[in-house]
Amino acid sequence: MLEFVLVLAVLGAAVWLVTGPLRQAGIPRAQARELRSATQVEELEAQREAKYREIRDAELDYRVGKLSEEDWRAQDRALRAEAVEILRRLDAARERVGEGEPEA
Amino acid sequence: MDPSRKRKIRLVVALGAALLLAGALAYTSFSASSEARTPSQLAAGSDPGRSYQLTGKVADGSVRRQGATITFRVRDRDGTGSVPVRYTGTVPDPFREGREVIVTVRRQGGVFVGERDSLVTKCPSKFKSADQPAR
Amino acid sequence: MGVLGRACLILALGVALYGIAASVYGARARRREWVASGRRAVYALAFLVTVAFVVLEVAFLRSDFSFEVVASHSSTTTPTFYKVTAVWSSQEGSLLLWILLLSLSSSLVLFLTRHRLREVAPWATATLLGFGAFFALLLVAFAPPFGQTATPPLEGAGLNPLLRHPSMMIHPPMLYSGYTLFAVPFAFCVGALIARRLDAEWIRSTRRFTLAAWLFLGVGVLLGARWSYSELGWGGYWAWDPVENASLMPWLTGTAFLHSVMIQERRGMLKVWNASLILATGILAVLGTFLVRSGILDSIHAFGASTLGVPFVAFIGVLIAGSVALVISRRVELRSEHRLDSLLSRESIFLINNLVLVGLCFVIFWGTFFPLIAEALTGKKASVGPPWFDRYTVPLALALVLLSGVGPVVAWRRATLASLRRTLLWPAAAAAVVLVVLVPLGAGDRPLALAMFALAAFVVSVVGQELWRGVRARMAMSEDPVPLALVALVRRNRRRYGGYLVHVGIAILFVGVAASSAFRHARDVRMSPGQTAKVGGYDLRYVKPTAELANEKISLGAVVDVRKDGERVTTLRPTRGFYPSRDVEQFGPIGRYFEGEATSEVGLRAGPTRDLWTAIQPDIQPLMPIIAEGNRRFAQSSGDVQGLVIAAIAARYERRPPPATFRIIVSPLVTWIWVGALIAVGGALIAIWPVGAGARRRATAGYAARVAREIGSARSGPGRPEPARRARARA
Repeated sequence: MLEFVLVLAVLGAAVWLVTGPLRQAGIPRAQARELRSATQVEELEAQREAKYREIRDAELDYRVGKLSEEDWRAQDRALRAEAVEILRRLDAARERVGEGEPEA
Repeated sequence: MDPSRKRKIRLVVALGAALLLAGALAYTSFSASSEARTPSQLAAGSDPGRSYQLTGKVADGSVRRQGATITFRVRDRDGTGSVPVRYTGTVPDPFREGREVIVTVRRQGGVFVGERDSLVTKCPSKFKSADQPAR
Repeated sequence: MGVLGRACLILALGVALYGIAASVYGARARRREWVASGRRAVYALAFLVTVAFVVLEVAFLRSDFSFEVVASHSSTTTPTFYKVTAVWSSQEGSLLLWILLLSLSSSLVLFLTRHRLREVAPWATATLLGFGAFFALLLVAFAPPFGQTATPPLEGAGLNPLLRHPSMMIHPPMLYSGYTLFAVPFAFCVGALIARRLDAEWIRSTRRFTLAAWLFLGVGVLLGARWSYSELGWGGYWAWDPVENASLMPWLTGTAFLHSVMIQERRGMLKVWNASLILATGILAVLGTFLVRSGILDSIHAFGASTLGVPFVAFIGVLIAGSVALVISRRVELRSEHRLDSLLSRESIFLINNLVLVGLCFVIFWGTFFPLIAEALTGKKASVGPPWFDRYTVPLALALVLLSGVGPVVAWRRATLASLRRTLLWPAAAAAVVLVVLVPLGAGDRPLALAMFALAAFVVSVVGQELWRGVRARMAMSEDPVPLALVALVRRNRRRYGGYLVHVGIAILFVGVAASSAFRHARDVRMSPGQTAKVGGYDLRYVKPTAELANEKISLGAVVDVRKDGERVTTLRPTRGFYPSRDVEQFGPIGRYFEGEATSEVGLRAGPTRDLWTAIQPDIQPLMPIIAEGNRRFAQSSGDVQGLVIAAIAARYERRPPPATFRIIVSPLVTWIWVGALIAVGGALIAIWPVGAGARRRATAGYAARVAREIGSARSGPGRPEPARRARARA
């Protein structure tokens, strides 16, 4: 008898958990454009992190002696230009998303 | 040479090297391998001096120990053929009559001599097939 | 409680199938509530499987023998720790552990990414639930753990004594954690491929999971090796057994993946390669799980044909077909953004490293599955042994260590030969010194081992030099004292220096492997008490026999006195433990105590320079007549009297011991295998350790400000509006 009750309880808990989001009323259908913009923001943020890491790594490589000064300056210039480009695209993507999307 | 041609050449070289190595691998594996045989297959015919990997079960009542050497018979997993084996070397802990073993052997006369330390006994209790009785 | 357990598993299968449907529908119809429901299905799966697992654990702890699984793997006399861990010594329990770990890591990753990856996450959820559904199906239909018998036995069969070792019990959870954590990047790769969102984010979000998977799997493999060395009577740690190999292969491809993703993050290259690598790793992980329980290959682990073979092969087939189809159909999105700048660059070194690792994996795969390949090609099953494996893996391992020394020194994109020569001067000198020192000591007989020693010295010096130069650079900028500078340096560059530490650990591990395989002295010798054997410069004297009874185990062994040049080094006490069999009819009431499982207690004295290892095989043939008589005379006696008889027989062994066979091995530098492994684990932990949010924000703010300044100046060209202030505030 106890077992039967437990089974029902577990079943109920699972169903309750899983249907939670479905029971909330009024969630609008996401627009395809919205989704893509949100994804683009994430992608660009990831690229930005990677680019900053590259810049820092290049500087560390220079300070540690793996890169000559001129090599480093050239790379640093190029990387920072790429970073600027990413930031520019990131700003544009964020504008497209607007204030509706909560920040991650 | 323009870069794309250089890249293509690099690719071809790399693939060629990989194929060559893979070929060497395959070739040596066939020549270095020992054929796996069951006891009845071995009893049916075997080249003396060639090594075979014998798999089967240790026949009940056949284990005799003489000093550092043990002699036993290996029979088919489900069958009647069996061959005698003489083995010197490490005997794994789970070795017992009725257990499945793998041993590399060479025929010497009427007996198969096991290669030193090549005796492997399969762990018994885990993941048995459904029809084996629990020990 | 069996009904509760069974119900939970059936519900788990249902929830998993529902979750797949909900996630796929939510992804295609872009309905967020269905995606969220699918994610919750993963949480529900974790909940249900946990309940089922707890039910099974409780049954083991209470020794509830009405459950067949408990009756065949535990007993009332099993110590509590082993009762807890005996759950996964069974087929059914191990599958339950697998799905438990899978659902927990899936829940964690989906919780952490719940606001992100909105296009990829639903498909990843569906994939993870696909794994879950498969294992739930196995547990419901093929290997149900909650089968009960109407007449429970009074006593269980007990845990196989070979498994009564802590390493052996932690080994499966470690391996399964590794396998299931690899399912996470696998699923997100599948999701990214399906959603055609193949840039950087899916890798970034799953990076820690991939690293953790690599760590756990590596530890699992090493625990198995350590158990084999210190518990089994053959004195080795690796036998190229198919099941060992099956756990190593995903680790190798995972290592390749961890390196090559760094190239993708920087240059957008190798997307096809990376996707294929991580998909292959996930498939190899499932293959490893399958191989242990399939019976298709002869191995010390593989046990007869089980009913799980067919479903697993079908599942693996689906995984392979799906992966290949996805990669081929997405090959346009997977095109590289850039090309290799120069052959002399870190990208290039990583590429070669990848080739070596994949090559290693291929060699091991070929050798492991050779019986099946040979059978398919020639009709005859044939197998290759350790010498064949060694022949190919040793040169590849040497190449790997060499690369791990050169890689850190080469810059990204393009390195200058001059700076490379300058940097590698001291490490190369260190390697040369090692060669010069070791050759007169006799290492020249084993050129491969010697090469490994030299290369390891090379790697250690490279890393040491890197650390030194980094500390100096940091001190020049911040005037910290050396220890603080070191800590700050590592803290701010965890990935780099954690990775370097892993390289050092692996190099040391290989040194241990090379030394202990190339320079070991092993002998099997039969000795009577008083006799001495000479092995590897040590004199081992069989002093006297020992016999002990404890807890139904009869331990017959020896006291061995070890001396070197007359000086006493240590005393070893190897024993062989005999456990009783339950088969009274075949062996007799007294004899059955000597005919059950036998284990070796190895006499091991580990040391920084060498290990002294010895195992004993006592000869109980002379005792057989006495045991036979005991069987006759005391067949009807009570348990206590039988106990006295056995004690008497054991005492008799002590008084009149027949000669026993000893296996004695002196192998150098074995301890460094475990030390190297620990160092590698430490390095991995440093790399995984999350950067504090404050530190990350600080770092980004610094650079963002500078770069943003440039945005402002770039934008304020002729005719362009200047939203620079907003950009600065946002950054």
